[in-house]
Amino acid sequence: MSILLSKESRVLVQGLTGREGSFHAEQMKAYGTNLVAGVSPGKGGSTQLGIPIFDTVVDARRETGADVSGIFVPAPFAADAIMEAAAAGIGLIVCITEGIPLYDMVRARAFVAAAGVKLIGPNCPGLVTAGQAKVGIIPNHINREGSVGIVSRSGTLTYEVIQGLSQAGVGQTTSVGIGGDPILGLSFTEVLRLFKDDPATRAVVMIGEIGGSDEEAAADEVISPGLGKPVIGFISGRTAPPGKRMGHAGAIISGSTGTAASKLKALTQAGAQVCDTIEEVVAAAAAAVGQPSSAVHR
Amino acid sequence: MKFLEYQVKERFRAAGIPVPDGRLAKTPDEAALAAGALGPIAVKAQVPVGGRGKAGGIKLAKTAADAKSVAGEILGMTIKGYTVREIWCETAQDITRELYLGLTLDRDARKPVLILSAQGGMEIEEVAETHPETIAKLHPDPWRGPLPFEVRDLIFRAGLGPLQAQLTPLVVKLYGLARTYDALTIEINPLALTQDGGLVAADGKLEIDENAMFRHKDLHGTDESEEDPLEAEARRRRLTYVRLDGSIGVIGNGAGLVMNTLDLVSREGGRAANFLDIGGGAKAEVVHSALELLAGDPHVKGILINIFGGITRGDEVAHGIIDASRDLNLKLPLVVRMTGTREEEGRQLLREAGITPEATATGAARKIVELATGAGR
Repeated sequence: MSILLSKESRVLVQGLTGREGSFHAEQMKAYGTNLVAGVSPGKGGSTQLGIPIFDTVVDARRETGADVSGIFVPAPFAADAIMEAAAAGIGLIVCITEGIPLYDMVRARAFVAAAGVKLIGPNCPGLVTAGQAKVGIIPNHINREGSVGIVSRSGTLTYEVIQGLSQAGVGQTTSVGIGGDPILGLSFTEVLRLFKDDPATRAVVMIGEIGGSDEEAAADEVISPGLGKPVIGFISGRTAPPGKRMGHAGAIISGSTGTAASKLKALTQAGAQVCDTIEEVVAAAAAAVGQPSSAVHR
Repeated sequence: MKFLEYQVKERFRAAGIPVPDGRLAKTPDEAALAAGALGPIAVKAQVPVGGRGKAGGIKLAKTAADAKSVAGEILGMTIKGYTVREIWCETAQDITRELYLGLTLDRDARKPVLILSAQGGMEIEEVAETHPETIAKLHPDPWRGPLPFEVRDLIFRAGLGPLQAQLTPLVVKLYGLARTYDALTIEINPLALTQDGGLVAADGKLEIDENAMFRHKDLHGTDESEEDPLEAEARRRRLTYVRLDGSIGVIGNGAGLVMNTLDLVSREGGRAANFLDIGGGAKAEVVHSALELLAGDPHVKGILINIFGGITRGDEVAHGIIDASRDLNLKLPLVVRMTGTREEEGRQLLREAGITPEATATGAARKIVELATGAGR
């Protein structure tokens, strides 16, 4: 079991013929992802990486039964690509693109919500269900099958946790990067609920950062009422000054909201185990799932 | 991108939002001329930060002679790091009441939010703490914008019912401006009710979404030379850089990882001089450019490089570090932590060049704090 993505998922890539899209589609395929289609307007009928390319998502879905889309199209066109996927009935949309204009994203978010489909990102590394499938840019070799779920706003920090866990012999179910933008699809709350209902996930690592109040909301809405499994929390940006955007568009302390202190307090009060370093996160997750070697088959 | 008050007011005027008559001045004589033409004026420093009044950047002048002397005081002042080079001279308003009208992004709602308050003239965050009952909010549907009845409801909830006939079109126009300019924030504060019963935008703020600048290539905001020179240089080099107040230069890949590196430096008793993210898949030239930027900052007493190789390759980064150290004749302490894709190749290159890579991020932070605080003494 896992959440959101499995080896049965039929994945298409929007922007597959672009530089980023083709590189990462190849990596996704190499990981074993069931990659069924690419979409590039004007290039329908061709093939790339042995995969058929379609002009529209509707065509791709009709011909291949794709149900998940990874989006690698440039920022000015990415919100439209998200809506195209939603309108075509794609159930899970993963938008990797960084730098989408705010109003485009606000509209796309409302469109996706009305269509009743799930969006991960934008400005995210995507997700991996270890040993099964990947949509996005998380490096293939670091993942290992196991029982820890990961949800994070950061890309590289997620890779650090995955690699640290894998090297300690602790595998993962699904690792989800929800993205660093202020307007996101799935929130911590929604992903934590999915992990709650996934019997294969025995502990969850949550990597937050400064900005917004999604971490506080997750603490109140899902962690505090009880997830039924340990939650290990980490917040980056403890020393970031207010009013400065720290790389991610969403990583900014505005007035008194979005501080690391507020998030750490909320997580602690909700019963999460809060860690100070990534090394501590790895140790805590390993301890939470017990001695991993017997549970992991690689 | 931010705009100065007079630039914002030009846009208000074009959109049909009333603003006081005014003129831009760069010298005391120009201010005197403005007062001659307009009568009693407010002389206002044009800098893209709040708190100008408290800093002495806004003064009243009744006569041309007053205007000249007041302008002489304000021009050349430094307000929160910005030197005043321009002043906006506008007709003094007879204000009976100050309101607030603005639009910003509500991250929790994933929508823009219009905010109206019967209490204006101070920061809206402050009003939210001291007079929350005077604030009303509206989350317009992002596809159709605010409808007139929704706006009326907003106005009545703010306790401003008697002004609804005048206020409704202003709210709609402000929302239109926000959409036209992809505004992250747009504010009329104060929105002044004058003696004659009119509403006028006495001050304005506009910040445009950087991600939408491809739609606004014709727009020019505040001069980049007014920014921190290192931040401006980093922008030219296309590096994601934020100046901080410590002494340890930090370079890493990925926003979360760099933020965490700053935290680790602090945990070990140091303070970071900057945030610098070289992004994913950085080539040797980018690393070179990043090191060159930090080496040119006199506050930097040591540099910590923290790389997790995903798309980014350890050997590429190592080449960048080695070339930059040689080209720049770098004398500062340098500590590198490198893991992930091609970590072994990268570490080997570094060792051959006499740079010992650290095994963990925590260990690397500890080492650079030791070395840099030693070097700083």
